[in-house]
Amino acid sequence: MTQTSAKQSKMVGKQSLQFSNPPAIIGCASIAGKKEGEGPLGAFFNVVEEDPMFGQKTWEEAESKMLGMAVDVAIHNAGLKKSDIRYLVGGDLLGQLIATSFGIENFEIPLLGVYGACSTMGESIVVASMIIDGGFADKTLAITSSHFAGAEKQFRFPLAYGSQRPKAATWTVTGSGAVILGQEPEKDSEFAKQFSPVMIKVKGVTIGKIVDFGLKDSLNMGACMAPAACETIAQNLKDFKIQPDYYDRIITGDLGVVGKDILIDLLKQKGYDISSNHMDCGIEIFDSEAQDTHAGGSGCGCSAITLTGYILQKLRKQDWNRVLFVPTGALLSTVSYNEGQSVPGIAHAVMLESC
Amino acid sequence: MADDKNKVSASQVANEKNQQERDKLYNKYVKQVTPKHSWFANMCKAFVSGGIICAIGQGFINLYSSYGAEKELAGAYTTMSLVLLAIIFTGFNWYQKIAKFAGAGSVVPITGFANSVAAPAIEFKKEGQVFGIGCKIFTIAGPVILYGIFSSWLLGVVYYIFTLFQK
Repeated sequence: MTQTSAKQSKMVGKQSLQFSNPPAIIGCASIAGKKEGEGPLGAFFNVVEEDPMFGQKTWEEAESKMLGMAVDVAIHNAGLKKSDIRYLVGGDLLGQLIATSFGIENFEIPLLGVYGACSTMGESIVVASMIIDGGFADKTLAITSSHFAGAEKQFRFPLAYGSQRPKAATWTVTGSGAVILGQEPEKDSEFAKQFSPVMIKVKGVTIGKIVDFGLKDSLNMGACMAPAACETIAQNLKDFKIQPDYYDRIITGDLGVVGKDILIDLLKQKGYDISSNHMDCGIEIFDSEAQDTHAGGSGCGCSAITLTGYILQKLRKQDWNRVLFVPTGALLSTVSYNEGQSVPGIAHAVMLESC
Repeated sequence: MADDKNKVSASQVANEKNQQERDKLYNKYVKQVTPKHSWFANMCKAFVSGGIICAIGQGFINLYSSYGAEKELAGAYTTMSLVLLAIIFTGFNWYQKIAKFAGAGSVVPITGFANSVAAPAIEFKKEGQVFGIGCKIFTIAGPVILYGIFSSWLLGVVYYIFTLFQK
């Protein structure tokens, strides 16, 4: 095989990659807030922190602390030292990614900051996997976080302000999820003990494009992001020439109940029926009736901790063998919103397989 | 769905080639599938809870009047009392819980205004006395103050012109 064809062989279809040397997940961490801990997936998280301030003075510091905890727990879980991680790929929702930059300050790991709103976990895994498969690093860490209070403060109203949330609104998840990618798990690490002999690999990815159907309601983000999820999932199926039933689960990030219905409806128009194997992290993470979260959970942390806590366990037990993980993001800012712009969506797909 | 002319189906959205038209159709489609709070139930809740807040206000007026305050003075004391109560409730995170039920019933009375000033003050305290509280205390209430004063001024002008013709 010549050098050129080896390079080309990783490109599949229009927007996808199939790794020739698929990176394995060799460590993971999920840090959750109190409300998430009380939710249906509460038992799956590594750490459930009762204090919303994480012992810090501000919401922003709290999120940084939480993200730092996730890095720490993941490195420990993988049986590594911080210096073993070659690159860290991460981002969050706060302006200029301050949760990430302050959170990892002390780890001294080279950083690539990424922003994909709530799709950040997908984007960071995509980049981290490409680095591994390309041979540019042996171990990379993909991470993201979100904090309810910090997100409310930045995107909506101060916490104590009294207003009615619409039924389509989602609840930002307080949580941080991290995965470490490499060739194979360290022997005797916590991760290896728990997952062995099962290996979970990132087989391929589909990088999403911005899809904007002109919706302006930032409190109905599921509907804003559903067309993007639809495009990415359809593109993945098309690029790999597969049908939805190839996957045991197609898992979107935070479409919520409104977005889920729209996604299924839109994909049907493209000839794909995912109604039987679709799952949405935002719907799973909260009990919307008991926890009063309306359409579901959202935020970078929503898909991240559902992946690192719940989905990986399902893959470990081989309840599912093939999962398409599709975090979804709404790429708005308060400025674009006030200036009357629509809410563009994006979604990245990560093909996870257990073997 | 198809038999109703005003309803938009997902296939109409998917098959529309013109982007502007597609966006319009999608907006309509989303409106159809998005659940909403019941307009009527919300109105009833707002009516009742707004009424309760006003009744509490009337209670204060009666109380201060019984101490011998005149009507105007009793009114001023009542305003202050309601504002104080609303701020205390905001501080304990109770006001937002009431507002979730009451909707406009807790926004329209002066207590809602107090809440909209106190909430940012609490939130932005950490960004400092000047750039935090000072700059951001009126982020929600600011428009009310600006356009309240502006419309009073406008009405004043109208009133002035009106008086010119009366002479």
